[in-house]
Amino acid sequence: MASAFAQVTAVTALNLRTVPSRLGPSMVIVIGIAGVVGVLVALLAMAEGFRATLSSTGRADRVLVLRGGANDELSSVIYRSQVPTIEQAPGIRKDADGKPIAAAEVFMLTSLPRRGATDPTNVVVRGTQPNVLAVRPEVRIVEGRMFNSGMREIIAGRGAAAEFEGLTIGGSVAVRGDGWKVVGIFESGGNVHESEIWTDAEAIMSAANRGAPTSVIAQLESESQLQPFKDFLTKDPSMTVDVLSEPKYYASRSKMLSNLINGLGYFVAVVMAIGALFGALNTMYAAVSTRSVEIATLRALGFGAAPVVVSIMLEAIVLALAGGILGALIAFVLFNGYTISTLNGQTFSQVAFDFRVTPALLVQGIVWAAVIGLFGGLFPALRAARMPVAEALRAG
Amino acid sequence: MKFFPLLWATLWRRKPRTIFTMLSIVVAFLLFGLLQAVNVAFNQGVEMSGADRLITHGKYSFTEILPYGHYQQIRSVPGVDKVSHATWFGGRYQSEANFFPIMPVDQETYYDVYPEFVVADDQVATFKRERTSCIVGRGLMEKFGWKIGDTIPIQATIWPKKGGSNAWEFQLVGVMDARDETMKGQEDFMVFRWDYFDEARAFGQGTVGWYNVKVANPAEAETVGRSIDKLFANSPKETLTETDKAFNAAFIKQFGDIQFLIASIIGASFFSLIIITGNTMMQSVRERVPELAVLKTIGFRDGGVLALVLAESALLCLIAAVIGVLLSTFASGFLKPFLPGLEVNLGVWTLALGAAIVLALVVGAIPSLRAMRLNIVNALSGH
Amino acid sequence: MAETLIALDRISKHYVRGKEKIEVLHELSLNIEQGDFLALMGPSGSGKTTLLNLIGGLDQPSAGTITVSGQRIDTLSGGRLAQWRARNVGFVFQFYNLLPVLTAAQNVELPLLLTHLSKSERARRVQIALTVVGLEDRAKHKPSELSGGQAQRVAIARALVADPTLLVCDEPTGDLDRKTADEVLGLLQTLNREHGKTLIMVTHDPRAAEYAGHQLHMDKGRLIEAGAQA
Repeated sequence: MASAFAQVTAVTALNLRTVPSRLGPSMVIVIGIAGVVGVLVALLAMAEGFRATLSSTGRADRVLVLRGGANDELSSVIYRSQVPTIEQAPGIRKDADGKPIAAAEVFMLTSLPRRGATDPTNVVVRGTQPNVLAVRPEVRIVEGRMFNSGMREIIAGRGAAAEFEGLTIGGSVAVRGDGWKVVGIFESGGNVHESEIWTDAEAIMSAANRGAPTSVIAQLESESQLQPFKDFLTKDPSMTVDVLSEPKYYASRSKMLSNLINGLGYFVAVVMAIGALFGALNTMYAAVSTRSVEIATLRALGFGAAPVVVSIMLEAIVLALAGGILGALIAFVLFNGYTISTLNGQTFSQVAFDFRVTPALLVQGIVWAAVIGLFGGLFPALRAARMPVAEALRAG
Repeated sequence: MKFFPLLWATLWRRKPRTIFTMLSIVVAFLLFGLLQAVNVAFNQGVEMSGADRLITHGKYSFTEILPYGHYQQIRSVPGVDKVSHATWFGGRYQSEANFFPIMPVDQETYYDVYPEFVVADDQVATFKRERTSCIVGRGLMEKFGWKIGDTIPIQATIWPKKGGSNAWEFQLVGVMDARDETMKGQEDFMVFRWDYFDEARAFGQGTVGWYNVKVANPAEAETVGRSIDKLFANSPKETLTETDKAFNAAFIKQFGDIQFLIASIIGASFFSLIIITGNTMMQSVRERVPELAVLKTIGFRDGGVLALVLAESALLCLIAAVIGVLLSTFASGFLKPFLPGLEVNLGVWTLALGAAIVLALVVGAIPSLRAMRLNIVNALSGH
Repeated sequence: MAETLIALDRISKHYVRGKEKIEVLHELSLNIEQGDFLALMGPSGSGKTTLLNLIGGLDQPSAGTITVSGQRIDTLSGGRLAQWRARNVGFVFQFYNLLPVLTAAQNVELPLLLTHLSKSERARRVQIALTVVGLEDRAKHKPSELSGGQAQRVAIARALVADPTLLVCDEPTGDLDRKTADEVLGLLQTLNREHGKTLIMVTHDPRAAEYAGHQLHMDKGRLIEAGAQA
């Protein structure tokens, strides 16, 4: 069977040598497939980035307490009277002073224009407690200082600061009433909080005429405390609350948009792949018909049908892979790390996130290319193999 | 069109090739039609918004709630014709995946301010009579199989009832249709009575979400809006009044980058397509060199040959575009339940046919120039 | 005496290939009378096809004048020349050059598409032309379904259909067997004798040339006088 391999090599080499002379048609495969793979990888990278941003928010041993039945923080209300019960519930970690590491927060929206724009955009304002850095240790103030309690002072997430007008240290914005001074900029490892503005819960509630916080966030002693903590609160008849681990909550808030983007990505890619497949078929059929004499000559010299089929398919796949790699590279160069900001319809708020062109996505794109190449080469190859030798020779 | 048989015959010169090329273009226009339909869905709210209607909401966010006391004050502003109000209820029917908007509204005025939603007179009358009644859009009624007289259970997400229960129930007494066929899908929400809501809810009594204001003279809308906001300036609940159109447009702009994304996808797929189709046209002209020379010999002018090749390219692109957009029309019919408002309208068709002609000119340019410049003597002796 | 249809006055034609100037025709003068059937003979490269292309208005001379029915055609622009060809000349080629995607009738109709004739009038003339060449029953056939002789007769019908005064034939029987060639040549002769067409035919086959009224021999871009008469 060494001769079969030798035959394939000989025929393939012959075919590939003629590719430069058929550069235009060959580019159809390369560019068509590069387009498909580029769009697929870019869209999946967007969904991946969005998912990563939301799922990197929160830790499994941290919980969010919402009013029972509320979908999210925006629609939740926790009565002030319920807050001490939650904070004293078993399983919450205590700090050095023996105080529970938990914070009652108020989640609101305000409207700020993007830099250089006038149209208002929804921005999350999170009223929180002075101990928030203990509750969320991943947050670091990178510029300026923490807000003071009871004051109209805010700190802005790095994403928000980059995006919105007025969010620079020393600047002042209207949150609820004018004159909220920006005193700090914070980072939180690229998660969703970086698109938010934080301030003191009491200050914002009084400015907004609001009597109750929206939620309580608490650090558990360990992940295993979730169930006892939850049981304790849900069994208390004076409490109607839902308890969710942070990752679970944020994953549920990203589901709709990331499903939408993923769905769009695959749909568009499938449709485009069909289009590229037809282009590839065209090119390969043309390649077979211009080479019918060569192929017939090889067959007349004693080459088998199989090497002809394999070599034509190899050519299609090589071109398709070239397109796939090109498309994946374009997506990587243009989009990896590209920051996009859009409205998360589930929370009515803006969220900024980076496209993430992961190795897995690149591999996926190239696999798609190979599959398109496979089918684009298969049928023309079969036709070439079935071509009657004598007739093809005469036609030449 | 006496040249049509000639065009038609040459178009199908190599059937498989023409079909494959056409299918590539069909696919691109299917995508084009659908993505444009998404755009239509995004912008529909803006298109439908009446120019004579204002929305008065919280100054800092439309999610702020406003005192009911603003109602009488807004009514007294000169130039205001009618005032109604609504509140965001949130809520879910069975599961979050079934989401549709639910709003407690002022049963006396809501349909006066929103004439684009049509409800039978007797049903509105029942709505005004029955405290726990509700009205839903035709699409929702069909989707969930509801009938007039049914009790619809809704789980509160924001507003529990007194005593903490999330379980609300409403009697279905009426169904809304969009007045205009092109707005179909916009009516898919539920309204129930604010007076019942305010009495039954656990907290937030005496507040509404926003006010809808109909002005007497659309030209004065901006002025009236400013007078309303002035009324509440420096009060604990300041307001921002804007036209429905401006409000909806600003909301859609928040998706901004997504629309850019859609444009990029269309761009990428059309670019790939130009390469694919352009190559086919080149191949086709290349193999037809002697035939084109014959046409010139017979007396076809250079311009005529150019026009023939361009017309062939246009025919190819237009047929494929029409098929593609037709397919996208069917597809958007299927996808409508997932993305309400999805529609391939006249605007999409116009845009698609325009794009097809541009595509035809781009892919036909080089081959047709080549055909035009063909030298008869060389082309014939090349045989 | 028949009047002069075509007058060539000291025409020259050269091509530039790289640095080399190749003279194909050298100061050639020739008058062709209305109703003539002229056979142009000569070895390959003698310039007979070039001469034919100049007379048919496919090419233009480097020097000299060509007058057809009193009209100078060597000075016409490309577009005007195309128009002139459409009205005045019918072409018959060695390889028929029919459009493979069109039926016989559609091929014959092609020159009429450039006129303002109505659809029914076009159909009538196509019918007549096909009848003249004896192929009215092959109207719906594609070229691939016709024999070589039939295809050439369709090509002749196409050349005839717009009723030109002049038929220009380049090796019309070069690709046909003897018997079929005789049929086609007989047809050309009939067109000349009964329909009054002026025919100019390039051929290298002496038997084909015998059908013509005159024969002219060419060599190295010049006419050789005293060609053998039939």
